[in-house]
Amino acid sequence: MNPLQAIGRVVLKFLATTGRLMTFMALAMSHVVRPPFYPRIIVRQMIDIGYYSLPVVGLTAVFAGMVLALQSYTGFSRFSAEGAIANVVVLSITRELGPVLAGLMVAGRIGASLAAEIGTMRVTEQIDALTTLSTNPMKYLVAPRLVAGVAMFPLLVIIADIIGVFGGYLVAVYKLGFNPANYLQNTWDFLTAEDVNSGLVKAAVFGFIVTLMGCYHGYNSQGGAQGVGRATTNAVVSACILILCSDYILTEMFFAK
Amino acid sequence: MTDQPTVQPKIQLRDVAKSFGRKVVLDGVDLDVGVGESVVIIGGSGTGKSVTLKSILGLLTPDRGSIKVDGEEVIGMSTSDREEVNHKFGMLFQGAALFDSLPVWENVTFGLLAQKRCDRHEAHDIAIQKLAMVGMNADVADLMPSELSGGMQKRVGLARAIAADPEIIFFDEPTTGLDPIMADVINDLIVKVTREVGATALSITHDMASARKIANRIAMLYEGKIIWQGPVDEIDNSGNEHVDQFIHGSAEGPIQMAVRA
Repeated sequence: MNPLQAIGRVVLKFLATTGRLMTFMALAMSHVVRPPFYPRIIVRQMIDIGYYSLPVVGLTAVFAGMVLALQSYTGFSRFSAEGAIANVVVLSITRELGPVLAGLMVAGRIGASLAAEIGTMRVTEQIDALTTLSTNPMKYLVAPRLVAGVAMFPLLVIIADIIGVFGGYLVAVYKLGFNPANYLQNTWDFLTAEDVNSGLVKAAVFGFIVTLMGCYHGYNSQGGAQGVGRATTNAVVSACILILCSDYILTEMFFAK
Repeated sequence: MTDQPTVQPKIQLRDVAKSFGRKVVLDGVDLDVGVGESVVIIGGSGTGKSVTLKSILGLLTPDRGSIKVDGEEVIGMSTSDREEVNHKFGMLFQGAALFDSLPVWENVTFGLLAQKRCDRHEAHDIAIQKLAMVGMNADVADLMPSELSGGMQKRVGLARAIAADPEIIFFDEPTTGLDPIMADVINDLIVKVTREVGATALSITHDMASARKIANRIAMLYEGKIIWQGPVDEIDNSGNEHVDQFIHGSAEGPIQMAVRA
C-alpha cells in the first residue's frame, strides 16, 4: 500500500472515532439530565465504583505517600532541607498523586468491568432487549454510571489524600525520626484550599473519563468474546491515556499564572 | 358497493433495503403481516432474516423503503414516538437475552415496570402469573437467569415477551440450540401464548418443523428479497425450486452455499 494512503487511512479512522465518541458523549449527557432517572441503579453503581474501590485506592495512596516521604528525604537531606518534606508530601498528594493514581487504579478496576459488562450485554442482545422493553439503553445503562463516576471519584480522592498524607507521616515519624506534632503542623500550614479543590475537580473529570470510556467501548463492542476482550483493553488504555492528558491540561488551567 | 374494504395490515414492509458496507443484505423486501396472523420468515443463514426483524424493531435503520406499523410509518420517527410504538412489541431473542444481573421475576416484569404499569410489590405476583402461562413454577421467580438451563431461559424469555400484553410478538430463531423435544415444547408454547394474548406474530427461523407448527403463512427470504410466500399448507407445492431445496434441506439445487474450497 502507498504510505500516503496508510497515513490518510489512520487519520480518517482517528477522526471518525473522535466523532463517534463525541456523539456518544453528547447523547449520554443529554440522558443524564432528562427523566426518567434510575436512582436504584445509580446507588448500586456508586457502591460498586466508590465503596468497593476503597481497598485498591487506599493501598495505592498509603504506599505513594510513604515512598514520597522516603524519596524526598533522600533528596532534601543533601541540602539540609528535611523540613520541607511534609510540604512536598501534602502538595504532591493533594494536587497530583491522589487524583492521578486513584484515577489510574480505578480506571483499571471500573473501566474494565464496565466495558466487559456492557460489552457482554451487547453481544448477548441484552441491549436490544432493553429497547424492546420500553427502556432506552443509554438512559438505563450509561447515564447512571456516568453520574456515579463523577460523584464518587472526588470522594475516593478525599480519602486517598488523607491516607496518602498519613503514609508520609508514618515514614517521616517512625523511620526518619521527625517530631509528630511538627510534621503535622508543617503539613497543615502549607495546605491551601486550592490544592485540595484542584485535585477534586481533576477527580470528577477522571471519573467522567473512566466511566465514559468503559461505557463507550462496551456499548460499541461487537464480535463475541473476542470483541468484549478488545473493548475491555481499549477502555482501560484509552481511559489511562486521557487521564494523563487531561491532568496536564487541568494543571495548566489551575496553576499557570 | 362491491369494493372490498382494504384491511390494514399490522405490519407492512415496502421495498426495504439495507447494506453493510458493500454487502447488500436486504434488497427490496415487501411483506404484509395481517392482524392476528402468524407469519414465519424462513431462509438460510446470512440471508437477512435478523436484519429484517431488527429494522421493524427500530434497532437498525434501513437505507430505503417504508415500514408501517398499524398504518403508521416508523422509519424516521422521533425517539419518543418510536418508544410509544415499541410498547406494542414483545420479542423473544435467540439467546433469550435475559438480564443476568436481575432475578427472573424482575426480568419478566421489566417492561411493565419500565412503563410504570405496576409497582415492585405487584410485579412479583404478576411475574408468577406470567411464568405459569409458560408452564413454570413460582419458585423459579427468585432464581437468577444463570441458574436456569437453555430451555428454561427461553421460557422465561417468552414470559417476558408476553408480560406487557403486546399486540405483536417477534420470535428470533425460537428453537435454535434446543433439543428436539424442548424445541417442540417451545413451539407449542408459542402457539398457545400468542393465541391467549391475541397477538400478531412474526418469527424468523431455519427450523422447518418449527415453521410448520407456528406459522399461518410462510415467506422465504433469499438474496435480500422475499422469493415466495403463501399459506403453510402450500409450502410443499410451492412450485419454487429454492423453497423446495430449503424445506428438504438438500445441498443440491439453485441455492449455493458460500463454502470455501
